[in-house]
Amino acid sequence: MVGFDHSDDAAVYRLTDDLAIVQTLDFFPPMVDDPYTFGQIAAANALSDIWAMGAVPKTALNIVCFPEKMNIEVLSQVLQGGSEKVMEAGAVLAGGHSIDDVDVKYGLSVTGIIDPRKIYTNVGSKPGDVLILTKPLGVGIVCCAHRVGEASKGAMEQAIKSMATLNKYAAEVMQKYPVHACTDVTGFGFLGHLHEMLHGESSALVYSSEIPHIPEALHYAEEFLITGAAQRNRNFLEGFVHIEPGVPFGIEEVLFDPQTSGGLLVSVPKEVAKQVLIELETLGLPCGIVGEIIEWEAKEIMIR
Amino acid sequence: MKKTVDATGLACPLPVIETRKALKEMSAGVLEVIVDNVVSLQNLEKMAKQMDLIHRLETTSDDQHSIYITVDETTGEAQDTERQESPASAGTTVVVLSSDTMGSGDDKLGRVLMKGFVYALTELDRLPDRVLLYNSAVRLSVQGSDSLADLQKLAEQGVEILNCGTCLNFYNLGEELRVGSVTNMYEIVQSQMEATSIIRP
Repeated sequence: MVGFDHSDDAAVYRLTDDLAIVQTLDFFPPMVDDPYTFGQIAAANALSDIWAMGAVPKTALNIVCFPEKMNIEVLSQVLQGGSEKVMEAGAVLAGGHSIDDVDVKYGLSVTGIIDPRKIYTNVGSKPGDVLILTKPLGVGIVCCAHRVGEASKGAMEQAIKSMATLNKYAAEVMQKYPVHACTDVTGFGFLGHLHEMLHGESSALVYSSEIPHIPEALHYAEEFLITGAAQRNRNFLEGFVHIEPGVPFGIEEVLFDPQTSGGLLVSVPKEVAKQVLIELETLGLPCGIVGEIIEWEAKEIMIR
Repeated sequence: MKKTVDATGLACPLPVIETRKALKEMSAGVLEVIVDNVVSLQNLEKMAKQMDLIHRLETTSDDQHSIYITVDETTGEAQDTERQESPASAGTTVVVLSSDTMGSGDDKLGRVLMKGFVYALTELDRLPDRVLLYNSAVRLSVQGSDSLADLQKLAEQGVEILNCGTCLNFYNLGEELRVGSVTNMYEIVQSQMEATSIIRP
């Protein structure tokens, strides 16, 4: 039902009229020092696609690359972190596969279920909708600064808290409201995923002053502690994005910043936005109404 | 002077970090930074643009690219003013000195503390925009003051030193003033009105 056409978050296969399975897979190398935390984040990230489709995760399989010579205790902590998040998600960890490799990589393949009539896809936003983001941006920049020893402890803690938080809770809030489009913000950054959502049919106005972010990410970006991946996102999106003068450079970078286990980006009718936000705020992560969908214009995304 | 940073094999943000380190060490000349991919080059270009540095790009092959950054005496200043101006554009910081002693208690101690306070101002990463001196504080700006050299240093770095004219006259020190200019009550009030932060010893 949902395949490769719209670069959606997961694949959906209909079994009966009211039941479909949703499948997804994601794994990557560590972005934090602590193996247990890494396991948690990798799992939260892999599970996220299921909620971005409006589905419920049911089973998960581990994917592990691990050097034979490395201390096996590290691996057991990674798997511990992962398994706890799968449990928190309400799914069952049903096994997995590991291979010997020069570097550590970990992730999961997750299967969920959904009523095929209630799938969220990442397209379908309409003019008059507003955009809501459920987690702060900037975790890529903070992790980048951390790699070179420039990130503060507080900034890294905020990034870890955000990355390890399941999108389950935000998704449960969204289930109560009409959702026109939904995706999770990951490697293509906020603007990359917004671009997919608009897919040439409408335009979006992004409020640069309303973007939830980790405060120090702005400072690190201004020190040019930025990744190659963010620049690749910028290159790819160049023709689609218009940035009005006066938008601070740091915020620009945050908007292009690739996220690990980022939040949900949701397009909902304006009328329900405030109520949605009030509910999301109780979940304890920075979130916000970050823009609106407008009729198609020459530039797809306008940042002001 | 020409300097080269070979950042091939380094992943972002390391090329930028190495470049900034090299720039800080250079007073004048051309800095060449070699990277092995276009994205690193683009990140360096972005940095050069943001920092208003004169630069040019060159691509030798798919995996060899260079950015040449011209450094002259003004580059260092440009970086300094940028550092001072960008927070200042968000507001101004005014230091108010109302006495030649710091705190209340023993005057001898107070004078030692004040000397330390003015010295500490010169050591700040971001200097204040303005120092206001009134009442006995004007004694700090005159011939023979222990803080004169520090205040002069601040003035040289662009800090406005303003001395209360009425006070100089009262203490009969008008002829002895060695740093900053003379101001009036209107400006003393206005400066504090417009300041986003006011620092008092």
